[in-house]
Amino acid sequence: MSYEALCITWFLLLGVLLAGYAVLDGFDLGVGILHPFVARTDRERRLSMNSIGPLWDGNEVWLVTFGGALFAAFPHAYATVFSGFYTAFMLLLLALISRAVSLEFRSKVKTDGWRQFWDWSFFAGSALATFLFGVATGNAMLGIALDEFGDFHGTVLDQLGPYPILVGLMTLSLFAMHGGLYLYLKTEDELQKRVRDWMWRSWGLFLVFFMITTVATVAFVPRSTANFQHFPWAAAFALLAILAVANIPRALYQQRAGQAFASSCVLIVCLVGLFGAASFPNLVTASNDPSHSVTIFNAASSPKTLGIMLTIAAIGMPFVLIYSAVIYWTFRGKVDLTDHSY
Amino acid sequence: MDPVVLSRLQFALTIAFHYIFPPLTIGMGVVLVWLEGAFLKTRKPIYEIAARFWTKVFALNFAIGVATGIVMEFQFGTNWATYSRFVGDVFGSALAAEGIFAFFLESGFLALLVFGWDRVGPRLHFFATLMVALGSIFSSVWIVIANSWQQTPAGHHVVPVIRDGEPVFQNGVPLLRAEIVDFWAMVFNPSTVHRLVHVWIGAFIMGAFFVMSISAWYLLKRRHEEFARRSFDGALVLATVASLSALVSGHFQAEMVYHHQPAKMAAFEGHYETGPADMSLLGWPDDESESIRFNIAVPGGLSMLLHQDPNEPVVGLDRFRPEDRPNVAISFASYHIMIALGMFFIALTLLASFLRWRGTLYRQRWLLWIFVFAVILPLIANEIGWVAAEAGRQPWIVHPPVEWKADGSDVVVGPGGVVVYDETVALRTVHGVSPTVRAGQVLGSIIGFGIIYIGLGAVWVFVLNSKIQHGPPVIGAEALVPGSAPSGGWKPSRLLEVIRKEAAKRRRLTRDKERGSS
Ligand code: HDD
Ligand code: HEM
Ligand code: HEM
Repeated sequence: MSYEALCITWFLLLGVLLAGYAVLDGFDLGVGILHPFVARTDRERRLSMNSIGPLWDGNEVWLVTFGGALFAAFPHAYATVFSGFYTAFMLLLLALISRAVSLEFRSKVKTDGWRQFWDWSFFAGSALATFLFGVATGNAMLGIALDEFGDFHGTVLDQLGPYPILVGLMTLSLFAMHGGLYLYLKTEDELQKRVRDWMWRSWGLFLVFFMITTVATVAFVPRSTANFQHFPWAAAFALLAILAVANIPRALYQQRAGQAFASSCVLIVCLVGLFGAASFPNLVTASNDPSHSVTIFNAASSPKTLGIMLTIAAIGMPFVLIYSAVIYWTFRGKVDLTDHSY
Repeated sequence: MDPVVLSRLQFALTIAFHYIFPPLTIGMGVVLVWLEGAFLKTRKPIYEIAARFWTKVFALNFAIGVATGIVMEFQFGTNWATYSRFVGDVFGSALAAEGIFAFFLESGFLALLVFGWDRVGPRLHFFATLMVALGSIFSSVWIVIANSWQQTPAGHHVVPVIRDGEPVFQNGVPLLRAEIVDFWAMVFNPSTVHRLVHVWIGAFIMGAFFVMSISAWYLLKRRHEEFARRSFDGALVLATVASLSALVSGHFQAEMVYHHQPAKMAAFEGHYETGPADMSLLGWPDDESESIRFNIAVPGGLSMLLHQDPNEPVVGLDRFRPEDRPNVAISFASYHIMIALGMFFIALTLLASFLRWRGTLYRQRWLLWIFVFAVILPLIANEIGWVAAEAGRQPWIVHPPVEWKADGSDVVVGPGGVVVYDETVALRTVHGVSPTVRAGQVLGSIIGFGIIYIGLGAVWVFVLNSKIQHGPPVIGAEALVPGSAPSGGWKPSRLLEVIRKEAAKRRRLTRDKERGSS
């Protein structure tokens, strides 16, 4: 494979990891966001947490692997992104930690105060992490100011403009909806009814933010549509995304919750696809001077390393898919509480 | 304050907190495999009960290990951007391999291990346990490879960074980076195998002492005695073998360190002047007078250890420029504490094994009390072992090669009698940090992590304690009878049901056979 083809392959594979992460952790972040609203009683709260109990850790590994793969394939981009978004990332890490441990700790002690505290931190961690992912995506679309060595000298406040915040809110509503659709599949009775209401609300909210974001993107990020001239097929992502959004209420009316959830998975994949198509070949866009942008070509590792990594991925990914399938199959169906639950 | 110092501090704090949990996971994984294996073999419910109890404790440790591990994954980029650009080609692939090969395996099968008791059969459950144990061992493989490469780089070359066909210059010097030339030489760099083995042994000691601590406490309180005795017995074997192995593996590691990082070994031993070297048992290195105060030493000990000859000279710190030396006090103290603890583990486990063999161990209350509290010691040994290895690597974040004279008696020195390192193929720690990150930001995140980690640590201890107080379900003697149901509130699990059905079938078959033959 030529060096260029290797770079593009790794760009695509990172896209796959990112999409995998967004779809999978998306629903368990969403469960966290909806948790305090839909689950009222202690039993319901435990059900809501246990619906993702066996799955969330494996889902988060997609993020970890994305980080490792970015480091290996495009070290320059890894360095720029994580040092550039320093404060935001530290907040993200704190959010992910508090979410992870809330699940583990919450049901271990039987006092109200204890449980309320961890319920709250589960919600806050999930919501903050989701919002920050959106903000990061927004900044990546807009670009940030980079010097000629690819370093960002601004502060976190420069990264909190209206557009990134808008994308952050859209992501919040997206994951809430996605989590709601998942939770609907996993729950019964009262809880399921409440989930249903919130599913509708988050779908409506998402629709509003989605439309505003689309308009804002076309208006303020000209680069975002420029690539469509080079890859007209990328428009398929946009079309499919719109169909998926529309299909969710239709499937819900027809009592096909599984199909609605599948649509929201497709929607997320399409949004990641659009993001990738708009960014290509940039990994981090320099808003001040396009020649400072960190691209897949100037940030890549040596062809040898990219090749080794491809071998590693080719050996490892089939196994990953097999375990994931086994785990999801084993834990299919409605959640119930046993003495092994949280 | 200096962002470099703060970033080092942040890295040390976050990794030290993360590293409380992996050795527990790795060590307890072995214990779980052993318990479930024993159950499958003997079908005595007591082993299932023990496995279920330790699994809950395991899951708790694991969750915090995961939460703190994610921080580590991204810290290279946040705080060490220049370093990441320099090593990414080599180091990143190891980190990515870790995610694909180890973390997915571990987290996937953990779901079956923890939540799957009533959903999968006993054999598949045992398989899941085995995979989690293997996965946690794999998690240590790639990250230790990456770290070992920083200590003793191999299998790579250093080349100028090319962007858009042109080399990049920063302040007039070309930017450089390391690229893999030979993947397997990078993976099996000179220190990988030594250090991995040593890390695993340290983890086994940790896991075994953890199980022994809780079991000893039950024995002292006369609760769950049958359960505790069986857990203790298994863990004691593991602890004894592992403690003896630590000494052997540590010895070979020390020889390796001397060869590749002589300045580190000199700092470990506070050996200032090249020449025959003693091995100090107790003392405090003093950089001013270049000697060890309050020194109690084995004469010629270090020469003996490294060259099997007490008069053979050993390279000392005088062969290195002051700015190329690690901090002697930290290296010396951490290295000596680790070894002292290692020796103590050998003595303690041998004594306990001897008493166990005599059959009097469980009557020695004082010894059981020692075991209750001794759990903290392997934790310290593991942490401080890394402090020795990492502080001794300074001032390098990627260590330069060291050249030896052909007869191996001394290092090759330049003018002034000191080693002149090839700095173009190495990286100093001070040059590794992110250029744009400010001290205030790092300080802010140290405080944030500090608060969260202190809270987490406290909650962890609290929840752990309540799990231990609660204990495994109370069981009677029938738990020792293969295939019987345990009593006392234990909900019959699918596992037990399957076994009972199988036993009934077998009984029916034999009955039918007997009838047929009569
Ligand atoms: C793969 C890489 C890697 C791994 C597995 C570890 N470290 Fe490390 N460590 C580093 C990579 C690193 C580093 C990024 O290279 C640092 C940051 C600054 C430096 O010089 O090295 C470092 C610094 C560093 C320091 C500060 C040394 C100093 O600044 O003087 C300490 C005390 C530790 N580490 C301790 C540990 C512990 C307790 C570990 C247990 C798991 C550990 N390290 C694993
Ligand atoms: C800087 C170095 C390190 C990084 C970047 C790192 C990264 C991580 C990450 C991201 C996880 C979570 C995986 C998941 O989500 O399932 C994790 C967990 C784990 N890590 Fe680390 N780690 C480091 C050091 C180490 C070391 C030195 C060891 C062992 C010798 C180790 C062993 C483990 C194990 C066994 C787990 C599973 C959870 C646990 O046992 O607590 N890690 N690590
Ligand atoms: C009993 C005698 C022991 C000796 C002679 C010994 C020797 C060593 C040496 C020479 C190093 C430095 C390696 C390097 O810098 O690359 C080291 C590191 C280390 N030691 Fe030990 N050790 C002993 C016992 C222990 C024990 C009992 C534990 C834990 C329970 C332990 C845990 C560690 C760890 C975690 C490291 C850092 C990782 C590594 O470099 O392998 N050691 N040890």
